[in-house]
Amino acid sequence: MRKIWDIPGGIHPPENKKQSLSSAIAPVPMPDHLILPLNQHAGAPAKPVVNVGDQVLKGQLLAEPGGFISAAIHAPTSGTISAIEDHPIPHPSGMSAVCMVLVPDGRDEWCPHHGVEDYTAASPTALLGLIRDAGITGLGGAGFPSAVKLGPKQPIDTLIINGTECEPYITADDILMQERADQIIAGVRIIAHILGNPDNILIGIEDNKPKAFEALEAAAQSSSTESSATGSTIQVVEFPTKYPSGGEKQLIQILTGKEVPSGKLPADLGIVCQNVGTTVAVYRAIQFGEPLISRVTTVTGEACTGNGNFEVLLGTPISHLLQLNGFDREQCGRLVMGGPMMGFTLTDTSVPVIKATNCILAGSHREFPPAPPAQACIRCGLCAEACPANLLPQQLFWYAQSQNLERLEAHNLFDCIECGACAYVCPSNIPLVQYYRAAKGEIRKVETEKKKADHARLRFEFHKERLEKAEADKAAKREARRLAAEAAQAKVQSDGESGAAPTAASTGVEDIIQAAMARAAARQASPEEQQAKIERSIETAKNRVKVAEDKLADAANGQFEAEQLDKLRAKVEDARLKLAEAERRLVELINAPAAVNSEAVASKLQASPRELLQKNIATIQQRMATTESKIAEATDEAIIAALRTGLEKQREKLSQAQQELAQLGDADDQPVEDKPALDAAAAAIARAQAKAEAMASLSPLEKLDASLDSFDQRIAKAQEKLASAEAANAEHVDTLRSALEKLQAKRAETARQRQQLIDQPREQ
Amino acid sequence: MITQQPLLAALIAMVGMALVFGAILGFAAIKFKVEGDPIVERIDALLPQTQCGQCGYPGCRPYAGAIANGDAINKCPPGGQTTVNALATLLDVPAPELDSAEGDVSDIKKVAYIREPECIGCTKCIQACPVDAILGAAKQMHTVLVSECTGCDLCVEPCPVDCIEMRPVDKTLADWKWDIPAPLDKRLAGLKSTDIIATDRVTATTGNRAA
Repeated sequence: MRKIWDIPGGIHPPENKKQSLSSAIAPVPMPDHLILPLNQHAGAPAKPVVNVGDQVLKGQLLAEPGGFISAAIHAPTSGTISAIEDHPIPHPSGMSAVCMVLVPDGRDEWCPHHGVEDYTAASPTALLGLIRDAGITGLGGAGFPSAVKLGPKQPIDTLIINGTECEPYITADDILMQERADQIIAGVRIIAHILGNPDNILIGIEDNKPKAFEALEAAAQSSSTESSATGSTIQVVEFPTKYPSGGEKQLIQILTGKEVPSGKLPADLGIVCQNVGTTVAVYRAIQFGEPLISRVTTVTGEACTGNGNFEVLLGTPISHLLQLNGFDREQCGRLVMGGPMMGFTLTDTSVPVIKATNCILAGSHREFPPAPPAQACIRCGLCAEACPANLLPQQLFWYAQSQNLERLEAHNLFDCIECGACAYVCPSNIPLVQYYRAAKGEIRKVETEKKKADHARLRFEFHKERLEKAEADKAAKREARRLAAEAAQAKVQSDGESGAAPTAASTGVEDIIQAAMARAAARQASPEEQQAKIERSIETAKNRVKVAEDKLADAANGQFEAEQLDKLRAKVEDARLKLAEAERRLVELINAPAAVNSEAVASKLQASPRELLQKNIATIQQRMATTESKIAEATDEAIIAALRTGLEKQREKLSQAQQELAQLGDADDQPVEDKPALDAAAAAIARAQAKAEAMASLSPLEKLDASLDSFDQRIAKAQEKLASAEAANAEHVDTLRSALEKLQAKRAETARQRQQLIDQPREQ
Repeated sequence: MITQQPLLAALIAMVGMALVFGAILGFAAIKFKVEGDPIVERIDALLPQTQCGQCGYPGCRPYAGAIANGDAINKCPPGGQTTVNALATLLDVPAPELDSAEGDVSDIKKVAYIREPECIGCTKCIQACPVDAILGAAKQMHTVLVSECTGCDLCVEPCPVDCIEMRPVDKTLADWKWDIPAPLDKRLAGLKSTDIIATDRVTATTGNRAA
């Protein structure tokens, strides 16, 4: 007899197991449809590999694992995939998730499958692969993928098979151990082989299942006599019934005396724990190649007339099972999936049986009376005595109420297995486990939010850094431009100083001039490029015309229809037009610079020395005028003197220029014969200027006298013309006469003005 | 000699001790000098990092600095009461109620959603986003990366065609959690003694009073 240990706390609720143990495992008639949630297990949801409408065979892969911690899903029977859609799933939230709906065809036809002939010859890795492919998860209730659990990195020295089934009402494992003990033992052997034949193989059973114990003991005996050479002996261990000794950590403590430290896994102690149901699934997967498509589920409770265990296809709607067992909705106080201690209430009977469904409990109102109202905690400490994990439930309760997450973690909230022993013993009926579950959820939420916040902070900092970098780049560019401008200015300045000595003020102007010259030079280069470009485009246009003409010629041979011919002709026309346009542009380009050049040259040529001199004279005169006005305005003696000397100089210059002009005028007449009109115009301008000058220097009275003289002359001329015209009897006699009258009127006006001017001083 | 001068002896002893401890403290002040302001880091770590500016500061870190300098801790609507409580615990001050004047207080997490057919591709929202969660280019349709969006709603206002709205995030199985039971005093309110005292109770099966 192996030594066993005890766990702290624990309770002894009414077992209620007899009801469902009266009959053997029964098959379930095929339901109308099977609902297969893609997430029947812990971890990532599976990914569908079939489409809606596909015909599938029993055991065919429907969805592959969606990650490392994930499990495959197989067709429980042959039929058609009618939908992949959201459907309520068995989950405490009552929410929907993506499910595959399979409509059975009734033939229940297996897909080809075969087992491993001698698993002892196969490598553990290959066997783990088969287990993963078979979609096996822990069948005890948590639904953790078995392939992950059976492939630990740590060396394993103890394999524990959990046949405890400590929760009231549930008998699925009990009946399985009674009826299929040999399959369980065979499965244990396979798992032991995968784990490298650990020294200790223990099957733990509570002493309230004597039949199961006997059956397993017998199977283990025969197995060890059969294959005593391979593997260690399997010990079936019986221990006193107490809830919750079926918890993984609790069972390990009972069988080995070791406590799994907080935050660690059993594998860290060299222990792997598996449910008896899982061993059967492993056996069937390795021996026959059958994936996990059905499980044993207890249907019990007073709201069902028939209680028992059933071999249920995964995906069978719970309503189908309940109907089979005479479920009375009126009688039902609470419909629970799982046991009364740790199960959760179902609100919808359309949800399916999944891999982790070990019990459907339809409790009557007597069995599940409405929860009595919770009252204040009286600090009795019963919960702390009942806790199998050595926690302080009432402290956790206070902290959960005040949402003090830090203190909750400090009090090891996450070591709580949510067994419900504390709430069971609480005299104030406080739903303690609900508080712990909510608090755990809150802590997880805060953690994910924290992770998101850290991520957002990183992104925000990166965003800021990026903006700052862009700003710095811009500033650097601005700085570089400024420096370049300064350097260029300095260069120009130094060039100027070494050169003809322009003043500092003129450097800016020179800069502008140089820039303009550079621009002009750049522009001058471009016509050549333009020409090259146009020449290229002419080439391509020519090619295009040629190709189009070839095509047209082909088409004309009768291979094409009239419409296409028209199109081709249009194309040829188009290409020709383009070619003509390009050629025209080229011609323009070649002529344009010449035209510009000739104009510039002409203007330069036309600007004769005479004109230049005249211009010069005009400028000097203007300057003199301004200087004179300045002298008139100026009050300072020194300035007036300076201005006067300036005026003198300008006068000298003027006389010099006029002299030159006079010389030039004499010399000009002979050589420049081809431009008499130009010279005449220049002479007229000179005369007008001289006149204007003369006028400017005259007094108003003299001006009026002069204008009177000119009027007299013009009237005389006009009278002469009129006389000759009258003599010739010409047509424009009237015009001439009116012009003469006008002249006479103007003269009279001028004469009147003159009289006024003469009279004015006298009046004054 | 010194034993005959108790006053002098005491004086020497005191001065000697003062020098020794002064030297130790001076050394420690240099050797264990704290770089930066660790409390700002710790406050910043508790803030939700939405960078929404609803507190009146240009981001979470400036607000953390302001809290360290004595500003109120209840100005962060995205963090909600949880953040206020956490800050109160950290700073060891009583937790005030969240200041609702600072913005909408809502437990429902929201993310920005761009009604894509209406987007004109102006990139204004992209520039407004503090965490680069909006994807798009000039004159191209923009879209929000839901996994990166913090729900700060800074992109809503700049949109010239009002095609951005804040949509609540759907609850999924992954983020579902159990609700905490209502507080005891609330659940006890309105109950009669027969609801509480066992012997007064009417049993469900018999309809009679229990003995």
